[in-house]
Amino acid sequence: MAIIEVKNVSKAYRRDSLRIPVLENITLSVSDGEFLGLMGPSGSGKTTLLNLIAGIDRPDTGSITVAGDEVTSLSESQLADWRSRHVGFIFQFYNLMPVLTAFENVELPLLLLKMSKQKRHEQVKTALGLVGLADRMNHYPRQLSGGQQQRVAIARAIIADPTLIVADEPTGDLDKNSAIEILTLLERLNQEFKKTIIMVTHDQRAADKAHTVRHLDKGELV
Amino acid sequence: MKIFKLIFKNAMRHPLRTLLTFLGIAIVTFAFGFIRTAISAWYAGVEASAQNRMITLNATSLMFPLPLSYRDKIAQFPGVQSVGTANWFGAYYKDPKDFFANFAVDDKYLEMYSEFVVPPEQLAAYKQERNACIIGRKLATRFGWKLGDAVQLTGTIFYGQWDFVVRGIYDGAHATTDETAFLFHWDYINERMKQESPELADYPGWFVIQIADGTDPIAVGEMIDNNFKNSPAETKTDTERAFNLSFISMAGTIMTAMEVISVVVVLIILLVLANTMAMTARERMSEYAVLKTLGFRPFHIVSLIGGESLLIALGGFAVGLGALIFIFKNFSVVITKLSNGFFGIFNLTNNTIALTFASALLVGVVAAAFPTWRAVRMRIADGLHRVA
Repeated sequence: MAIIEVKNVSKAYRRDSLRIPVLENITLSVSDGEFLGLMGPSGSGKTTLLNLIAGIDRPDTGSITVAGDEVTSLSESQLADWRSRHVGFIFQFYNLMPVLTAFENVELPLLLLKMSKQKRHEQVKTALGLVGLADRMNHYPRQLSGGQQQRVAIARAIIADPTLIVADEPTGDLDKNSAIEILTLLERLNQEFKKTIIMVTHDQRAADKAHTVRHLDKGELV
Repeated sequence: MKIFKLIFKNAMRHPLRTLLTFLGIAIVTFAFGFIRTAISAWYAGVEASAQNRMITLNATSLMFPLPLSYRDKIAQFPGVQSVGTANWFGAYYKDPKDFFANFAVDDKYLEMYSEFVVPPEQLAAYKQERNACIIGRKLATRFGWKLGDAVQLTGTIFYGQWDFVVRGIYDGAHATTDETAFLFHWDYINERMKQESPELADYPGWFVIQIADGTDPIAVGEMIDNNFKNSPAETKTDTERAFNLSFISMAGTIMTAMEVISVVVVLIILLVLANTMAMTARERMSEYAVLKTLGFRPFHIVSLIGGESLLIALGGFAVGLGALIFIFKNFSVVITKLSNGFFGIFNLTNNTIALTFASALLVGVVAAAFPTWRAVRMRIADGLHRVA
């Protein structure tokens, strides 16, 4: 069953009077529990497509439906609420809050939900345990390696039990061993916890972990 | 982990920058509060004016006295309850630079100024001695004068050496009551003038009139002034408030300049804090984008930036206010002395505190407005792009 339906989506950016097309008439379907890899050269529109599916940008034309919700028709406020419930984000540069500990970073998404402090803390500890950082929960990002920071980011992405995990070049800033650790973790989330994952990558080894790999070139799926 | 914790941690991210801005606001709060207090001190006489007291003086100028005979005539007008006599004495103690207000007044004058609270036994002692004087508590502290002390003043209007004995020390009934005045018997100078300069005798500087409750002061003033029209000494009668206001308006330009300075210092610190907040927000745009990505709403971003700005502004205000309170509590006599007695009442009023607080609040809110607007309007994709 398809959990994500992208239909005839186009997106262009404007620079002064110049219109720069990024995505042209994209149609894509992602099944529930799928691990999809998106590959393509720089500027091919991978990250833009990921942003559109995750509800942090809007297409110029076309529609995107995720878990039954037509994302393109939601208001900004509804989108914010929708993202907090349905999407977990993993970025290339981790994007952790430098002034918060690993525990506090993972706790962030839960602050938007109605949840007791005790339950929140239990959930954070479970997530950090899952990524193997139970013993580093009071460490600040600057006290962690790149791989550990990315694992904290993964714990933050899964803490609210999202429908979908989007990862934008999750291994792009990591050494080989750390990259393998992160990919193994993503694979585990997909296989053990049945999470649907869309991952943008340049790395063929990373793409090899995905069930399906789609290539984008000049804004078109090939 | 709550949003306040994040606000605090963000504020402490660049400790030196935050500390310098914080200290800047504390200093400006101190300067602003000090200037506003000086302005309030200058207008304290006006604020302390009684509603039922009026002043009659020579229409030509305060420099010209009025015949003593006017006193009994004024007392006859309807609505007038009592008439007191006063003279500006203009003498100094030891050094001409040590200014303080000294007045020759009669007993009715003292009765009218109930805000000068004198213990009854001291008042009785004062009334029994021709060269006795009553002084304000702050003046006593300033010169170290005590009851029974002999004080010699040098006259600048009524020339010569004048000997007094301190028989009373008054306290102000209100915070705005001047406690730096030196009061003595009008008869003391009048009798000496009769002997030494008869042309100056029986000529008080002004009359203080107490009117009955419900009496229209304007009507009373017109009646008195009309009565003495075309006489050798025409009169000008005003409420005490109008009289005090006209008296201090001579320094109005200085006060206006001080008010402008007080606003300018607030504007300067507004720019400093606005610059700090703009730098802060610009550095964190990607973080705000991440927060938005996670589902945080615009009001969370407003809370983060606005909260940090307010934390610095109000923290600085608290420190500045603390310094002001400490200085005024411990050094108000020194300030009065340093101002050569110019500022007799130097109290930090609730109005000044409220005005200073409002200024700090305004600075905190306005400084955060533009960076907050930018952060809220920023597209998430653009914010995330900054990281890359």
